[in-house]
Amino acid sequence: MENNLFLLAFVIIPFLGFVFSLFPKNKNELLISRIGLLSASLHFIVLTIFIFYWIYKKYPHINVEEFVIYYNKDYRFYVDFFLDKITIVFLVVGSLLNFLIIRFSRYYMHLENGYKRFFNTILLFSLGYNWTVISGNFEILFIGWEILGISSFLLIAFYRERYLPVRNAVKVFSIYRIGDLGILSTMWASHHLWNENISFNKLENNILVHEQLMQNSVVGLFIGVSLVIASSAKSALVPFSSWLPRAMEGPTPSSAIFYGSLSVHLGLFLLMRTYPFWHEQEIIRILIAVCGFVTAVISFFITKVQSSIKPQVAYASITQIGIIFIELSLGWIDLALIHFVGNAFLRTYQLLISPSIVNYKIQDQFYHFSPKFDSSPKKWKNTLYVLSLKEWYLDFFMSKIVFKTFKNFGKTLKFIHLRNVFYFFIPLFFVGLLLYIFEKENFGIWNSIFSHFYAFIGLLLVLKSFTERNNAKLAWILIFLNHYFIALSVSFNENFEFFETFIYLFGITISSVFGLYLLQILKKKQGKVLHLNEYSGFILISRKNAFLFFLCTLGISTFPITSSFIGEDLLFSHIHQNQYLLALFVALSFIFSGIAAIRIYSRLYLGTYINLTKSKPIKSS
Amino acid sequence: METEIKQIIEKIGGYLPSQSPLKDFIHHNTLHAFQNEKFHDALSKAAQVFGYQVYLTLEEYRSLFQEGKIQTEILKKIIDNYFSSDEKKYWYDKCLNYSFNQICSQEIGLLRNHWKSELKINLDKYVHPMLFKTVGSFLDQGISISNFPYCHLNFLSAILMIEKNSFIGFFKSKKVKKYLFSNHENLLSNLLEELVGNKKYYERYLFDLLFAHPGWSGMVRVIEKTPNSLLDRRKITLYEFICFELMLELDYLETKKKKKWKSLSQVLPPHFPNTIFNYSSNNELFQTLQLWQEAYEWTYYNQLINAFQIKNPNSKKDSISFQAVFCIDDRCCSFRRHIEKIDKNCQTFSTAGFFNIPFYFQPESGKFLTKSCPAPLNPQHIVKEHKAVKRHKKNSFFQNYSHGFLYGFLVSHTLGIFSALKLSLSILFPYKSSIMVSSFKHMDPLGKLKIEFEGEIIDNLKLGFEISEMAEKVEELLKEIGLQKKFSKVVYIIGHGSSSTNNTHYAGYDCGACSGRAGSVNARVAASMLNNKEVRFILKDKGIEVPNSTHFIGGLFDTSRDEIQFYDLEGVEKEILTHHNINVKVFSHSLVENAKERARRFLLFPKSIMKKQIHKNIKLRSQSIFEPRPEWNHAGNTLCLIGKRENTSHLFLDRRAFLNSYNYELDKNGDVLLSILNAVAPVCGGINLEYYFSKNDNYRLGAGSKLPHNVMGLIGVANGIEGDLRTGLPMQMVNIHNPMRLLISIEQTPELTLNVLQRNEKTYQWFKNEWINLIVIHPITNKFYRFCDEKFIEYRPIDTEIKSDSMDSIYKNYSSEDIPVFNIV
Repeated sequence: MENNLFLLAFVIIPFLGFVFSLFPKNKNELLISRIGLLSASLHFIVLTIFIFYWIYKKYPHINVEEFVIYYNKDYRFYVDFFLDKITIVFLVVGSLLNFLIIRFSRYYMHLENGYKRFFNTILLFSLGYNWTVISGNFEILFIGWEILGISSFLLIAFYRERYLPVRNAVKVFSIYRIGDLGILSTMWASHHLWNENISFNKLENNILVHEQLMQNSVVGLFIGVSLVIASSAKSALVPFSSWLPRAMEGPTPSSAIFYGSLSVHLGLFLLMRTYPFWHEQEIIRILIAVCGFVTAVISFFITKVQSSIKPQVAYASITQIGIIFIELSLGWIDLALIHFVGNAFLRTYQLLISPSIVNYKIQDQFYHFSPKFDSSPKKWKNTLYVLSLKEWYLDFFMSKIVFKTFKNFGKTLKFIHLRNVFYFFIPLFFVGLLLYIFEKENFGIWNSIFSHFYAFIGLLLVLKSFTERNNAKLAWILIFLNHYFIALSVSFNENFEFFETFIYLFGITISSVFGLYLLQILKKKQGKVLHLNEYSGFILISRKNAFLFFLCTLGISTFPITSSFIGEDLLFSHIHQNQYLLALFVALSFIFSGIAAIRIYSRLYLGTYINLTKSKPIKSS
Repeated sequence: METEIKQIIEKIGGYLPSQSPLKDFIHHNTLHAFQNEKFHDALSKAAQVFGYQVYLTLEEYRSLFQEGKIQTEILKKIIDNYFSSDEKKYWYDKCLNYSFNQICSQEIGLLRNHWKSELKINLDKYVHPMLFKTVGSFLDQGISISNFPYCHLNFLSAILMIEKNSFIGFFKSKKVKKYLFSNHENLLSNLLEELVGNKKYYERYLFDLLFAHPGWSGMVRVIEKTPNSLLDRRKITLYEFICFELMLELDYLETKKKKKWKSLSQVLPPHFPNTIFNYSSNNELFQTLQLWQEAYEWTYYNQLINAFQIKNPNSKKDSISFQAVFCIDDRCCSFRRHIEKIDKNCQTFSTAGFFNIPFYFQPESGKFLTKSCPAPLNPQHIVKEHKAVKRHKKNSFFQNYSHGFLYGFLVSHTLGIFSALKLSLSILFPYKSSIMVSSFKHMDPLGKLKIEFEGEIIDNLKLGFEISEMAEKVEELLKEIGLQKKFSKVVYIIGHGSSSTNNTHYAGYDCGACSGRAGSVNARVAASMLNNKEVRFILKDKGIEVPNSTHFIGGLFDTSRDEIQFYDLEGVEKEILTHHNINVKVFSHSLVENAKERARRFLLFPKSIMKKQIHKNIKLRSQSIFEPRPEWNHAGNTLCLIGKRENTSHLFLDRRAFLNSYNYELDKNGDVLLSILNAVAPVCGGINLEYYFSKNDNYRLGAGSKLPHNVMGLIGVANGIEGDLRTGLPMQMVNIHNPMRLLISIEQTPELTLNVLQRNEKTYQWFKNEWINLIVIHPITNKFYRFCDEKFIEYRPIDTEIKSDSMDSIYKNYSSEDIPVFNIV
């Protein structure tokens, strides 16, 4: 019972903090910061008491199944919390840093326009972090993971009237979504591996894990790789690294806590948490070690050529994270934990005092200057320099190769306009629906083909939405349609109750329709078609509309605020173990629907509003 | 063609921001390039060409009008000045009711936008990051661990060498490489030919190009013009910078767009204008804004002029307890007021904070010289510090090894864990850490200074001053402030500096007259010169008799901490020390009072907190890593009063005034006034206008919010990692500033003032073109004259009530808002 309460407290305190922080007026800095401070210090105190209790009880592993949200005969979605040494370390570091940063920002953010917004987001982040850290199974972890992603997006785009922060926020969000792909596939595969939503507690059962892996080594490998992808994206390993420095667009304390310490180490957390699962798979261990090593080396060279302070600290941090990955692969969890603590505090501190470097280094130079240059450097040295200056083409790789490929797919669908959506795709959907209702029993093998077909069409629609530039409404409708196509596709695949489909589509439908309505209002106000060619910054003239639309964006991308989040997981469980292609289509659809939705929101509401009578930022600033 | 293009660059380049690297941050007029035009014409032009927001918005003026901060009578009077009686109503209506289209179009980017609109190519997105990163790394002063290869060569040669000696270069296209490897004789015109095609659009293209990233363009130009603004010198010119950017553009187009692109002139609409600087001088919006701005300014000025008519009841002092000379800085204004209130018999003076002694200062074990006088002066002397303690301590958190591979591993496990403690301490209990920039560390008070010339000359600079030079300098100093007789036993010369932590713009907080350094060395040198027996002997010949019993003491006032330090007290006569100790009490008391007055602007402390507590809290601001506002710096500045202190010491000016001592009786031919104006106009005018523009357009003329700033190569700040350098003042410095031009008031006859003004064309420009407003107060008739259209016109103030109150209750009754001019009783 005590355990239960304590674990709940770790998420409820930041949650209440977040909720209460929504109420005060923007100008009421004192109240806002007090709420933040109260929630952070309470969290820290409760945690301290708990640790004494935990030590007194001789460091038990605690697993608490709080309650079941949904179940049917072979599926159970339950809230489950788990705590061990790893959790404790992450909780302590998180709690302390959170408290310090909130106190720091209380003064630092004074008179800033988004004072309240900043505290809201930090508290939301704190909720997501704590939730992730004490989660007891992948589904619950994924909820925290999503909250982190969205709060990250909000903080990077904190200066939403400027172009670069907004662009980079979308960029980082996209890479986070790739990480989500890893978790989604992990969830899907492990569901089939264990025939249930496996809890982390059960993963500690060595014999059970061993047996399962012996029987299903391919699935085991698949899960392992998925986990490595998810954690590499979150922890900015090669090839994802370039997002980390680009995320440092918000106020310094938020960059320090997110990208210097907490958020960036969560990839590590995922690997530590699933250590019992992968530590016997040699291939995965080697993969982790190689990822870590390559990252450490590459980012070490990139660190050396950075001529501005924040990316220098960012890449230095990535170097260490790479080394921690190696430590993990060798099974040195304790060392990795200590290393994590040291790295987190060190980088946070270095980022927070980064403005001081001007005076410090100028003084240093003033007293110890000796001109150092190599008048004829070696060719390989120059090559390394230029290569590192270009960040080893990592940014280029992500945006030009990975995302561009999907964009090109989307661009092949140039012919889709608002009109032929109605004339072609909606009839196509209804044909499928009718077939499903009346003929499904007679199809046999065709079911699987239909299922793949509709999933593929759904994916194409969402890719089109991802590249759409001329009409925001069209882009929005395409995401909406995509979800219906996916639902239809999975329905062909397996027999299950309609109620499950309903759970999935319910949240999405509501948010889509309401979002469409909001777009209509905005369009009326603007008097012209809403395009997505640039970041238009409409939030400045319709704040409420923007906020509501943001909620719809969350809804349509199956963020855990509607039932669709569970529906998504349910739907996945109906894709069979050997249907990798179908799983890929569906997973990609989920990923890109999220990116496309946030892209629509950003391009419409964020950015520089041109019809401003006050001064406007220039694009390059 | 190439020389023509170079001329174009020179012409356009003049409009770029001219802010030096951070270590030499000195306030200057942000629109310096327009200074040869009338203020309002220049503003309207700048707004239409560059899209700057140069005034408040109409709505803001109107709400100031509602609040009474712009008086109706004044507005009417201003309209009267400009328009005939039948137009008056029209303009009054425009001001109050007419709704203008205030969305300002700008000329920047009109041509280069066609890349995107016509050819669907977003060039900047690809070119800017690489450009900023490369130039940033080349100019870097010590952040990066590896140096830019060949950074001792000039920029393009370095690029060329890298391209030759590397497996991966900056460019891929053969064409671009050909240009780079060929002799660079017609490089720029060739590149423009490729990209633009038509010669008549070159100027416009370059204009668009440079102002797409004014921060970096401006920085390159500053470094080109004044290479010694970097300690680690770099050779770069704006020409090279442009060539490099054009090559990046061409490279992108050639490799990524292959044959699918055309030069810009082929896609332009017919009759696309090729000239830049198209603007209308008869823009009704700007005329209306101009009226509002003047009404706003004169509403405040008018208060002051009204207050001038109140006579100071205790201007006559029976005996003088001590005298103190301060800097003209607006932050010293309140401190002096408190001193004078606590010790009614003291006398204070002020002059530019280098105390008329220009030199280079070389601290103990320093490898460079730092200028200790206003930036435009070129000193001939060095003052060297010796037998002093080095103030610079190593800080492991800034060392390169913490970023390394294996070292980084070790550091995370040791320093990393330790930093948890350090972080908690510095956030919960801010302490004076080694990263704090302390004004008291500029010079070691216990060290020695070499002031007297002993024959040593370094790089054509004398090490120390000769006696005759000293006498000459201090004579001018004493004449300027009007202190030639009635010396008290102790005379203080007090410079000022500021302490702050985690502040990239720290140099902007120190004394502007000492090139953004603390004024301690100048104060100490001046005091020591005045104590010199031989110097006093020469002074006596010139008619200034300093009694033997008088002793000068140098000191430093820290404006953010409200602390004071005195120099060279050992070996001083006992009698002097007893006097001094009494005065120290006055100073400490005044510091506490000053802290109390400043506290109200910080919105943090309940009024009930005890005085001592407030002072402690004020000090914490300068040592907290989370405090972006250690003090408000010059945020109040609006006025500059040149005249006798006793005529203004009874006015409460809310730290808004620069004060310069001047005695018209001792300046029959105006020489003293000339030297005062030569210093005051650029220094105070520069500060004032930088605040004015940074406040009005914080996005383009200011540096935006300081909170996301990222330090680039120790020379500037940018938002995030891919942004352009940000020049001007950050939001956190200007929040409470009221954007008004400086008003200088001079106690002198209008005839002599006009004569003095016209002696120096450069100074005259400030007044002639109305970048600074000027009034004189006739010392005999007490009439006011306003300087307008190059002549003085009598100004009859509109009656406004000036309230009287005691000093304490004035700022107790106001929370954080502006306080009008008060008469202190």
